[in-house]
Amino acid sequence: MENILEVKGLKTHFRFDEGIVRAVDGVDFRIRPQGTLGIVGESGCGKSITAMSIMRLLPRSAKIVDGQMLFRYPDSRNIEQIVDLAQVDEDGRTMLEIRGNRIAMIFQEPMTALSPVHTIGEQLVEAIRLHQDLSKREARNLGIEMLRKVGIPRAEQRIDDYSFQLSGGLRQRAMIAIALCNRPLLLIADEPTTALDVTIQAQILRLIRELQEEYAMAVMIITHNLGVIARMADEVAVMYRGRVVEFADVDSIFHAPKHPYTKALLRSIPKVDAPRTARLLSIRGTVPEPFAVVPGCPFHPRCDVAVAGLCNSGEPPALLPVRNGHAVACVLETEESRRYA
Amino acid sequence: MLEDTSKLGSRAAPKPADPVALPGEEIADVTVGSKAEAYYTASQTRLILWRLRKHRLAMISLGIVIALYLTAIFAEFLSPYDYTARNSRYLYAPPQLIRVIHNGELTWPFVYGYTMTRDPRTLLEIYETNYNDPNYLVFLPKVEPYKLWGLVTLERRLFGVEGDATLFLLGSDSLGRDLLSRILYGTRISLSIGLVGVALSLVIGIALGGISGYYGGVPDIIIQRAIEILRAFPDIPLWMGIAAALPPNWPILRVYFAISIILALLGWTDIARVVRGKILSLREQDFAMAARLAGVKEHRIISHHLLPSFTSHLIVVITLSIPAMILGETVLSFLGLGLRPPVSSWGVLLQDAQNVRTIASYPWLLIPIFFVVITVLAFNFFGDGLRDAADPYSN
Amino acid sequence: MLNHTTGQAEAPILVEVKGLKKYFPIRSGLLRRQIAVRKAVDDVNFSIRQGEVLGLVGESGCGKTTTGLCVLRGLEPTGGSVTMHVDGNAVDLMQLNRERLRTFRRHAQMIFQDPFASLNPRMTVFDTVTEPLRAHGVTDRDTLQARALELMELVGLAPHYLRRYPHAFSGGQRQRIGIARALALNPKLIVADEPVSALDVSVQAQIINLLKDLQEQLNIAFLFISHDLGVVKHTCNRIAVMYAGKIVEEAPTDELYAAPKHPYTEALLSSVPRPDPRHRENEIILSGEVPDPAHLPGGCPFHPRCLYVEERCKHETPALTPIGPNRRVACLRAEELSLRGMST
Repeated sequence: MENILEVKGLKTHFRFDEGIVRAVDGVDFRIRPQGTLGIVGESGCGKSITAMSIMRLLPRSAKIVDGQMLFRYPDSRNIEQIVDLAQVDEDGRTMLEIRGNRIAMIFQEPMTALSPVHTIGEQLVEAIRLHQDLSKREARNLGIEMLRKVGIPRAEQRIDDYSFQLSGGLRQRAMIAIALCNRPLLLIADEPTTALDVTIQAQILRLIRELQEEYAMAVMIITHNLGVIARMADEVAVMYRGRVVEFADVDSIFHAPKHPYTKALLRSIPKVDAPRTARLLSIRGTVPEPFAVVPGCPFHPRCDVAVAGLCNSGEPPALLPVRNGHAVACVLETEESRRYA
Repeated sequence: MLEDTSKLGSRAAPKPADPVALPGEEIADVTVGSKAEAYYTASQTRLILWRLRKHRLAMISLGIVIALYLTAIFAEFLSPYDYTARNSRYLYAPPQLIRVIHNGELTWPFVYGYTMTRDPRTLLEIYETNYNDPNYLVFLPKVEPYKLWGLVTLERRLFGVEGDATLFLLGSDSLGRDLLSRILYGTRISLSIGLVGVALSLVIGIALGGISGYYGGVPDIIIQRAIEILRAFPDIPLWMGIAAALPPNWPILRVYFAISIILALLGWTDIARVVRGKILSLREQDFAMAARLAGVKEHRIISHHLLPSFTSHLIVVITLSIPAMILGETVLSFLGLGLRPPVSSWGVLLQDAQNVRTIASYPWLLIPIFFVVITVLAFNFFGDGLRDAADPYSN
Repeated sequence: MLNHTTGQAEAPILVEVKGLKKYFPIRSGLLRRQIAVRKAVDDVNFSIRQGEVLGLVGESGCGKTTTGLCVLRGLEPTGGSVTMHVDGNAVDLMQLNRERLRTFRRHAQMIFQDPFASLNPRMTVFDTVTEPLRAHGVTDRDTLQARALELMELVGLAPHYLRRYPHAFSGGQRQRIGIARALALNPKLIVADEPVSALDVSVQAQIINLLKDLQEQLNIAFLFISHDLGVVKHTCNRIAVMYAGKIVEEAPTDELYAAPKHPYTEALLSSVPRPDPRHRENEIILSGEVPDPAHLPGGCPFHPRCLYVEERCKHETPALTPIGPNRRVACLRAEELSLRGMST
């Protein structure tokens, strides 16, 4: 296995009084070492639940019901291990060794992810000493160095601030410092800039890219913003209703998309650099509510090219490769490519 | 939810996104089921009731609360004796069990009679069950005429026993009065004082909380500080202080209202806080701003947008503050500062159980506590259920 | 909106905003004594022609939403005037008493950002969309019913939705209901505060198209408030960029995107991540953060983050001055700088 993470057929379902929500219902993707995978989709498509499944930080009502999440990492004796994160105990030693150490995560709203009753420094020191054998003093010095690295001015003083004393941008930087202090192999960034203004967003995105290079880590960036994906990702997984509907390198996704949903999404966003037109091309309807069961392709009720009898019944289409590294979950596309092959 | 298939384009000619179609994108789901439509057209009140109905503990509690209030309303009819009726031959009589088997045979429900003797040394009453004397329960027996609600003259009670036999299902007290009847009569006072007290504190709470939240500024500061000071006092000494000021020769009715006013004067703070908090958050709601910008008059915004939005919260607070009132009355009366005999309330009844010797000899005198506990729990469980139903996302 | 380059210039002016100010007191302590002011909106001037869409863009805290609310007097401004030219009369909203303001409100309405907070959950769609009519004296049930059906058709909702409550709808559908309410009184001006930013990407385009169609069909002027430069580009004729409570640049849309004159506009345009991986690594990264309006730097409020800052920028506050037709900019170096726009 050359990839650092391979997710195959992951299904995470929620059980509520009202019924089952198939939040993640068949997700496949892989992340290359030092690569950047972008996961893009609208609210409720299951992208965040996918991240939480990898971190094994799901709420109690959720359960991983199927699939594999193979993670490759060198353990403490530097022997390469491959574990299936779907199988390990979520509070067990393996997961504690991986979470926050080998795989770290940053969130959309750092205000809720950071503790309001501990200083940034206390949280940094705790995160460092959990995985590294350092004295408090050494950990603190490392913490200051991390804050400097993420571009927080006057780091020696700021380390004693509480999260609410920092602005949104600095808070996100502090969270990145905490996430990276153990030099993870994979950083999961869940909507890291959604709560930020565009000028701050640009700063944070560049910071993540610079640190990724320096630390030689892989990044999985989750967002609804196609612009952020285009700027950051090497490979992209497009999600809709709990499934990956298209997977490809970033250039193919933006310049040769195959899935009708990806195409429609790209057409419908108002771009800053496109000539103004009379109307935007839009996708009709809305994402069905989470409890609704849609037979066939999950996108068919909103799809312009759906074919009756083919797209609206049976199992949802599988994610099948169409050409080098480009995979799509659309019956029409995969049939087409087979015909030309 | 699914649209019919005619909307799907044919394979041969994939339909492109139609750029000229006017905003018709939404007209799609005309064919939703009637069940979904019922949900979509259900008002907030109906949604709350639907959710509440699923909450089993709350529904059971509601049943208990309703039963208790029905008891309070029909106390005279439900109790086998008048609450003041004494039977000097049966002082401190222990509870009589309802039985259905006599001489090994299944029969109509009955109680065994008992004979009282006195211990020659301690002079305590000793009751011996007389197993040869089954007194069968009678439904709707003819009794001395009495008045229901002081208005309607009735000659029958729900149940009793014939002749001279006694029916003390929960025992009798020091004067030979039936404890069950006294508790049922006491239900009326104890439960209604909660309602009257809450009604009064509701008036005070809405008025002061409303002023505080709607106008803000100096009135808000004054009212909030007043609430903080009131809440800082320990309840019981404060009640005692005020209650002790009541003239001892006041008639019962006046004492009753005085007690409910005392409870209300100290109990409005919670309601005021809820009202203020809700008004503050609702005033900032976009829909209130939308109404204002649409030209809706201010008083209509309050009555049509703000007030309805917190009635459910208000009902929850009310439900949860009634038990506090009931406990308040019980405590005051128990301490002899509230209602006094011959009136019967749960607190008054518990006065008889004030010393260890009495409790040790006549433990059934503690039975009113059981009613207090059941009532308070029922109100709390119901209030919790109602809160969950009214605001399912709060926790 | 189709004729965004020509034609608009001839339309008469509908709204003129002059010297608009909104200062919030900062209070502290037990007695809530005022210790400072936060100048959320500080001397904002602009005008909108009939049927024109003026975009107001800026980052959070720049005062754009406050400006929108003050224009409608949903918030009471600290100073300034908002003059509307309606039926041949010029009316200053700031001078109206409560009752006259209430009746005047039929000319200017608002669309809100959050489609979940802006609808009263206890009112049916019918009650919500007809409330403005009832507030202005229409009580006849048949008239209300007819107008409600008309509005539903305008915003693309099925007529039987009228009986439903807001909980039956998705964000996009709720936003359509909010738009129907804003249209109920046939207003001349609509202030749309981030009308699509709470919506899913796939639904945004629907609502933008709907607003464009309505604007053309009904010739309504819009003050379109947004932080999304992609959205305003496709909706607005003219754009005003706000920074720290002031307008720093104003220009016709195409000119603003092609050749910004204010360094902040340039940075803003270049920091928007474009949905094209072939366009990477050329963004201008501003250092620092949006200033707190309670502690503004002296001189040009943008100078601590500006790439082209000179000594005089730290002392002199630039005024919003005309440069060429239809363009205004508040930068001391506007004439000498040649800034990078957005190539299409």
